[in-house]
Amino acid sequence: MSAATALRGQPADTAPALDALDRRIIVATQEGLPRVSRPYHAIAEQLGVSAGEVMARLQCMLDSGVIRRIGAVPNHYLLGYKANGMSVWNVPDERIRELGQKIGALDFVSHCYHRPRHLPGWPYNLFAMVHGRDRPEVEAKVAQIAELLGAADHGHTVLYSTRILKKTGLRIS
Amino acid sequence: MDTTDRDIINDLQGGFPLSERPYAEAAARLGLTEDELIRRLDDLLEKGALTRFAPMYHAERLGGALTLAAMKIPADEFERVAGIVNGFPEVAHNYAREHEFNMWFVLATETPQRINEVIGEIEKATGYRVYNMPKLEEFFVGLRFEA
Repeated sequence: MSAATALRGQPADTAPALDALDRRIIVATQEGLPRVSRPYHAIAEQLGVSAGEVMARLQCMLDSGVIRRIGAVPNHYLLGYKANGMSVWNVPDERIRELGQKIGALDFVSHCYHRPRHLPGWPYNLFAMVHGRDRPEVEAKVAQIAELLGAADHGHTVLYSTRILKKTGLRIS
Repeated sequence: MDTTDRDIINDLQGGFPLSERPYAEAAARLGLTEDELIRRLDDLLEKGALTRFAPMYHAERLGGALTLAAMKIPADEFERVAGIVNGFPEVAHNYAREHEFNMWFVLATETPQRINEVIGEIEKATGYRVYNMPKLEEFFVGLRFEA
């Protein structure tokens, strides 16, 4: 499907077939689960299907990766993680998977992606978002990444966010 | 926020049960009653300590497309350009960052083709180049925020 093309045909990211009921379940739950004793029954009632059907569909979407997880999304600013540094690294392309997996597994890295370089101005091909309570904490964590990469670190920098210019969630309609 | 709130945040970032009474199950794990857990979740959401309590959907697997894009905007043009960029409904998040590449935004579109169209439209509307940095691969992510 179309999403696969955007991701250069990686099989793990092909979009599984979702039907109209799946989409109605997504729309009904993406902003929040009802906080009532039987939340899936409440959704089922709203959609005119059985609770068993709602749970089975959600389980299927979890299994296929359409749902990453179900639970609480913390506001990291309010939890005291006020510094957010986007660390970007220039590493050899042929080692990117091995190095990306190592860095992604660090508990203080929230996102880790291989992205394209834009030479000459942008030589970085590995992005790792690092969260900390303040900048020195982020810097110490970035130093840990640099140590882990060793000679494979051909240059890196950290971009701190100074302002949120816009933030709307991702929504499907 | 007390230690029970912290336990809830630390324990419930995933794995919420798909069952008839999921709050009762999750509460039992935390040594709480179902009512107490629901009340505390309401409260954490109200206070903004949690932004959502929901299934986290994977945008690309829903058939849409996402990309990260960056721009280099001179300081005296920054507000004007930010206004134009934010006016595009496809721009989901936009952050100012300290770097020559000083504007970073996520584009979310219904189709992959639309990504390139929107990039072209933003370049035309602002007069500045948009550097498209789509994710080529996502690596395992281990983070759980400790409250």
